[in-house]
Amino acid sequence: MWTHLARRLLQAIPVLLSISIITFVLIYYLPADPARMYAGPSATVATVERIRHELGLDRPLHVQYFSYMGRMLQGDLGFSYRKQIAVTELLISRIPFTTALILAGVFVELLIGLPVGILSAVGRGSWSDRLAMFIALIGVSAPPFWLGLLLLYWFGFRIPIFPLGGAGGPLHLVLPALTAGLGGAAWYARMMRSSTLDILAADYVRTAKAKGLWRGLVIWHHVLPNALNPIITMAGMDIPWFIGGVVLVERVFNWPGIGRMAAEAIETVDVPLILGTVIFTAVIVVLSGILIDIVQGLVDPRIRHGQR
Amino acid sequence: MTGMALAALIVLIALFAPLLAPHDPAEQFRDGLTPGGQPIASTLLTERSSRFLLGTDSNGRDLLSRILYGARVSLIIGVLANTLAVTIGTLVGAVAAFVGNPLESILMRFTEVMMAFPTLLLAMALVAILKPSMWIIIVVIGLVYWTWIARVVYGQVLSVRELDFVTAARALGAARRHILLRHILPQLIPTIIVWGTLGIATNVMLEASLSYLGIGMQPPTPSWGGMIQQGQSYYRTAPWMVIFPGLAIILTVFTFNMLGDGLRDALDPTQQGKR
Repeated sequence: MWTHLARRLLQAIPVLLSISIITFVLIYYLPADPARMYAGPSATVATVERIRHELGLDRPLHVQYFSYMGRMLQGDLGFSYRKQIAVTELLISRIPFTTALILAGVFVELLIGLPVGILSAVGRGSWSDRLAMFIALIGVSAPPFWLGLLLLYWFGFRIPIFPLGGAGGPLHLVLPALTAGLGGAAWYARMMRSSTLDILAADYVRTAKAKGLWRGLVIWHHVLPNALNPIITMAGMDIPWFIGGVVLVERVFNWPGIGRMAAEAIETVDVPLILGTVIFTAVIVVLSGILIDIVQGLVDPRIRHGQR
Repeated sequence: MTGMALAALIVLIALFAPLLAPHDPAEQFRDGLTPGGQPIASTLLTERSSRFLLGTDSNGRDLLSRILYGARVSLIIGVLANTLAVTIGTLVGAVAAFVGNPLESILMRFTEVMMAFPTLLLAMALVAILKPSMWIIIVVIGLVYWTWIARVVYGQVLSVRELDFVTAARALGAARRHILLRHILPQLIPTIIVWGTLGIATNVMLEASLSYLGIGMQPPTPSWGGMIQQGQSYYRTAPWMVIFPGLAIILTVFTFNMLGDGLRDALDPTQQGKR
């Protein structure tokens, strides 16, 4: 388990390095001129050139890359061109909001998705199963930004229970979390159903049933742990998509998170901020992949005991 | 079956949008706004009759016509981007699994790196860099989405290449290219068809998301995501500007998801009996 974990952490390094290189190269070949954006539209050519030199943007690609990486290893991600604030400071100020949104969204996903999937599989073919799966198929097809606006319209405007966006108390989190989580809940309901059906057909489940074990106990003890395995793997692959969805949700609800900041950075060609947010998100994605591995080890004894 | 019929319907709507649309999608009607400059409500939502069935947008344009025309953008981008993604994914996955190391490690590591990028952020950055146009959006979505297919195809080729008929072909002295094209690729066709359909659903959604963020199709070309973005500022007074384009997205994504599910059940015997 621990050697496996160490290997995964080591493997993450080349992945992250490649991501930083790809992002850097992409931005280097940006047709929009960051120096011009920095200087403003009324600046003279000479001023733009001076700024380009000051920012080090006139140096060759590899020089810029290595100096950036060198500073990054010391925890310095540079200053945002637009806001004139350290990128690390901006990231840190936004992290709590995005983390809260992601955790609440995942909570909604699992809280709704897993039970619905299991119940659907157990009552396979019943009208409640059909109805749940029909709703789930619509749920995976609904764009999150549309769902968010609809929730805002009904539960923020028509029936004013929740605030109309922004961040504040826990009430502010409800609609964004539902928006981020409902699509995923539908997806996991579908996956959990098909995974549970696989396990329900297994010999050991038949044996357990034949022994006369109480049905709920069979499902809790024999079906659930095994059915969860493929779901956890899938959750790991799902993270980059989930973070993409968070960008949309943050836009709908004016939620001051990293996704909205990244979108703004891309729009305003704020190079240090783009680099910072993309690399930071990639780190999160890679680390959560490793976290998923650990969780999988905890759930599945075959992996925990290193028989992989 | 239902999926097939709905898909055919959506394709027909896209093809015949000019015949079906009651108005020009770009025309800003003088009577398309209330005297106060507000969008006209949908006839379905209010009793007052107007000549705009689904209402108008904040420019006084007919919403129904724009939604019908929007089907074109969604389908063209969804289908072409997915064709590109499936082609790249199949090539990368099949070659990696069939040729073996060192190419295998290089290709699959690269796939892993691309998968670690937050998909939407990567697409946003690429579109912003390359300036949005339909072809750029198609290429970008294709370049972002192929990794999933590569992973699936890779796994499949790994198992297929160990099967007896491949060993037999090898023993008979068949060339590697012959084995790959004649014996392995045909085994992948069900996978490719299923992903080719499910992927359209995902890519229609990606296009809508990019347009919603304002970096997809640029106005005045009607696109469903762009219409919702425009409607966002009016969602309290003119919710129909958000509701109807969203329903169009849901119907399209739902259709291709259902069609893909159906095809998987029909083509993949191991999945049968699960539904």
